[in-house]
This record gives sequence, structure tokens and C-alpha cells, in this order.
Amino acid sequence: MSTASVAAPAATYDDETVRLFTIAAVVWGVVGMLVGVFIAAELAWPDINMGLPWLSYGRLRPLHTNAVIFAFGGCALMATSYYVVQRTCQVRLFAPTLARLHFWGFQAVIVLAAITLPLGITRGKEYAELEWPIALLLAVVWVMYAIVFFGTVGTRKVRHIYVANWFYGAFIIAVALLHVVNGAVIPVSLTKSYSVYAGAQDAMVQWWYGHNAVGFFLTAGFLGMMYYFIPKQADRPVYSYRLSIVHFWALIFTYMWAGPHHLHYTALPDWVQSVGMLFSLVLLAPSWGGMINGIMTLSGAWHKLRDDPILKFLIVSLSFYGMSTFEGPMMSIKTVNSLSHYTDWGIAHVHSGALGWVGLITMGSLYYLVPRMFGRTEMYSVRAISLHFWIATVGIVLYIASMWSAGVMEGVMWRSINDDGTLAYSFAEVVKATFPFYVVRLGGGLLYLAGMLVMAWNVWKTATNGRYTPVRIPLAVAHA
Amino acid sequence: MDSLYLLIPFSVLLVLALIGVFGWALGSGQFDDLEREGGRILSEPGLSFDTDQRARQAVPEE
Repeated sequence: MSTASVAAPAATYDDETVRLFTIAAVVWGVVGMLVGVFIAAELAWPDINMGLPWLSYGRLRPLHTNAVIFAFGGCALMATSYYVVQRTCQVRLFAPTLARLHFWGFQAVIVLAAITLPLGITRGKEYAELEWPIALLLAVVWVMYAIVFFGTVGTRKVRHIYVANWFYGAFIIAVALLHVVNGAVIPVSLTKSYSVYAGAQDAMVQWWYGHNAVGFFLTAGFLGMMYYFIPKQADRPVYSYRLSIVHFWALIFTYMWAGPHHLHYTALPDWVQSVGMLFSLVLLAPSWGGMINGIMTLSGAWHKLRDDPILKFLIVSLSFYGMSTFEGPMMSIKTVNSLSHYTDWGIAHVHSGALGWVGLITMGSLYYLVPRMFGRTEMYSVRAISLHFWIATVGIVLYIASMWSAGVMEGVMWRSINDDGTLAYSFAEVVKATFPFYVVRLGGGLLYLAGMLVMAWNVWKTATNGRYTPVRIPLAVAHA
Repeated sequence: MDSLYLLIPFSVLLVLALIGVFGWALGSGQFDDLEREGGRILSEPGLSFDTDQRARQAVPEE
């Protein structure tokens, strides 16, 4: 941490693990989105499961969520965090062999998930479906990740820990805690276990987990990406570094208790529901602070947005972050929730966050990372990045708009009552009415997948036309 | 709501731990010169080293 401890002249960054995770992220992105498109088609035309249980919606839906969130998003987070932590700490990855083991262990978890979920082996907890042996393996792999990441931070040559590392660090610690608390089960066989919590208790623990997974996996981790790759790509420091510190602490202090908004009007005590709603509303402030901070980084250099498709990805992702972090608190208000809950509005909200925020910020960051991982100055085709951006954006708009419409329609139809107090519509009538929206949603999903295929092609061409030369770690500069 | 007897103390402990980490960051001078830290990832030749092709030098095989 002082000038005395200068890196050996030939010391290089360990980018091998970064490269592996980068490629894995692209591959799993294609797979996860393909499964998503298939189950979207199943909702419109259920017969395409051909009567096979392992192709049924109920089994493939958790495969889709696990693949896109944990495989695609997770690998991208791991790739970028290993890249960012080395660059901002000016030090080689701590224990590179362990990092490599982390990579292969994580891939093993993903493959096991892809086998067990279609077979119907599941704990039945949303976003925590993996049965206990796989969950245990994941815990071990996660400890490796934490050792490598925090070991790198601990051996840094720069005194200040850059804000992106705080976000990545919070993501790693919080996900470990959530995984352990919600993973408490009593195994009865190799493929079956029961939660140690029961009934409403279990539901509360599950949504404490579920919402914090959104908060720390899908938000904090990707904010780490945002705070490094937007300034780098724009070649400007973040708008207010001070605000980014406030953003971090405000977000992690308030996130923990938003979970009960997933259980409005259930057996959960009313006061707990209200606490959940209150915390959710409070979250609007740090979320928007961070979004404005990221977008305003371009202040005075807006023209860059016109020419640079990577910046388009990064900045538009923040506008979706702003939209979904406004929509979320609104949906947590009990009266709004009574209309929106259990409808496709929830699906619209999730995908505005997932396709818009998480997806676009990841793709933008990967477009920054991939050329640097293969010794090139830019992607094989910059026009293809632009094409990807526009296909993906149109896809998202079709997806969200159709699901918003379907959701509000469902909510209103379900609560319609005849003069004599009976329901105006049977459930099946509402399902029938959603058909056209499901078809439009499938179209949006297909476009988004098509964009991802363009990216995969571009990454392939960049990788095969490049040759990586190790990057030297600069000699530590005096600022201790 | 027995699970709250687990989740609330757990969250309180977590917040206390966070306050501890925040205190450490404050005390160890992490926030002493925020104006400069934001720009450092861009301005220091070291940190943008790998983006600067002229500075990139192939390292002899180890």
C-alpha cells in the first residue's frame, strides 16, 4: 500500500479467469434467453411441450430464471469484478488457481442446474430452486470467490478502494448470507429436502431472500459494473464520486427490509407488510440518486452518446434502472399491489429490470471487456454492436408494453363484479384474453434473443481474430 | 411470526456490522479525498495502461 511495495517488473494481470467468465457469460446468455423464448411460446401455445414433462413450463421456467440470472448475470459479474478489482487495485488476482477453480466449480453448478431442474428436482423456492447437494457446492464455490476477491482487495497497491469494489463486495457478502439463511433445509434423500421453516415463516424467509437477491445480485453487483465501465467508456469521471459513496451506503442500509412487499394481503402480519412497503418507498431515493449520477457522468459530453453504441447500451440501461426502481416502489404500495400482484404486470416489471437494466449494462460492459481480453482495440464489428442495441431495445419495448397491458387487463378483469356480487369473468376467460399479448411478448423476446446471437457472433469473430498479450501491472504510484 | 425472531436480530447484527465497516472506512481515510478518487481510474497512466496501445508491451514468456 506504499510506494515501497512495488510490483515486480514483469508482473501481469491474471486475465485468464476473466476471459473464461466472459465467454461463459455470452454462451449462457444465449442458452438462457433461448429457454425464455421457448417458455414464452408455451404460454401462447401450450401444446408445444409435446406432452413431455421435462419440457413443461413449470420445469423450464426455473431453468430460464437460473440460466439468465445466475449463469449469464453471474458469469458477467464474476468476469467484470475480477477485471475491475485488479485494475483499480493495481495488483494481480489473489490466488489465481483458486479463481480458476471458482470458474469450473461455478460451471459445474450451472450444468447440474440444467440437468436437475428439467427432471423436476427442485426445492420449489423461487430463485433458490437448486436442491441441497448443488446448493452446498454453490456455497463452497462462493467462498472461493470471496477469498479471491477480498484477497485481491486486501493486497491492493492503491490505498483507496474504488467504489465499484464496494458494490461488488457487498454483492458477494450479501448473496452468501442470503444463500445460507434461505438454504437451511433438512435433507431426506439426495434429491429431496424440506425447509426448516414452515408456512408463513417460510414465505417470509423466502421473500427476505428473494428481494435481497434482487437488491444485491441484480442491483448492487451490476452497479459495480456501472461505476467502472460508464466512466471508462465515456472517458470521464463519474458525475459525483461523493454521491456514489452515499448511494452505496444508503442502498445497503435500506435494502434488507423491502422483501415483505412480495407478500401483501397474505397471512403475513399487516404491520410487517407495511414495513416492507415503507422500506420499498424509501429505496426510491438512493436508486434514483445512483441513476442520475451515472447518466450525468455524460454531462457536457452528450455527443458521445450519438456515436458510441457501447455508451448507448450503458446509458439506456440506466434509464431502465430508473424506470424499474420507480415502478417497484409504486407496486409495493398496497392499493396498487392489489391490482398488480399475480398479474403479468409483475412480469413486465421484472423484465424491465432484467432485460433493460441488467441485460443492457452487462452487454455494454462485455463489449468494453471482450476486445481487451483478446488483444484488440475494439470489437470485430462496431456496426453489429449498434444493430444489437436497436434490436434489443425494440424487443424490450414490445416485451414490457405487452405485459403491462396484459397485467392491467388481468387485474381489472379479476376484480370485475356483476350486480349480484358474482365474478364477471371466469379465470379461463381472462387467460384467453391474454393470448394476443403473449404473442407480442414472444416477438419481443425473439428480438432480444436475436440481438444476443449477434453479440455471440461478434464476440466469436473478435476472439478468433485477436491474440491476447498479458497486460503488465503498472508500477505503483505514490499516493499512500 | 417466529421467523421474525430470526430475521430481525439477524438484520440488526448486519446493520451493526455495516456500521463497523463504515467506521473503518471513515477512520482509515477512504473518504478523505473524494474529488480526486473518482478521476483516478481515468487519469493515472497506470490504470488506463491496458487501454493505451502505445504503452502496451508484450511481456516475455515466463
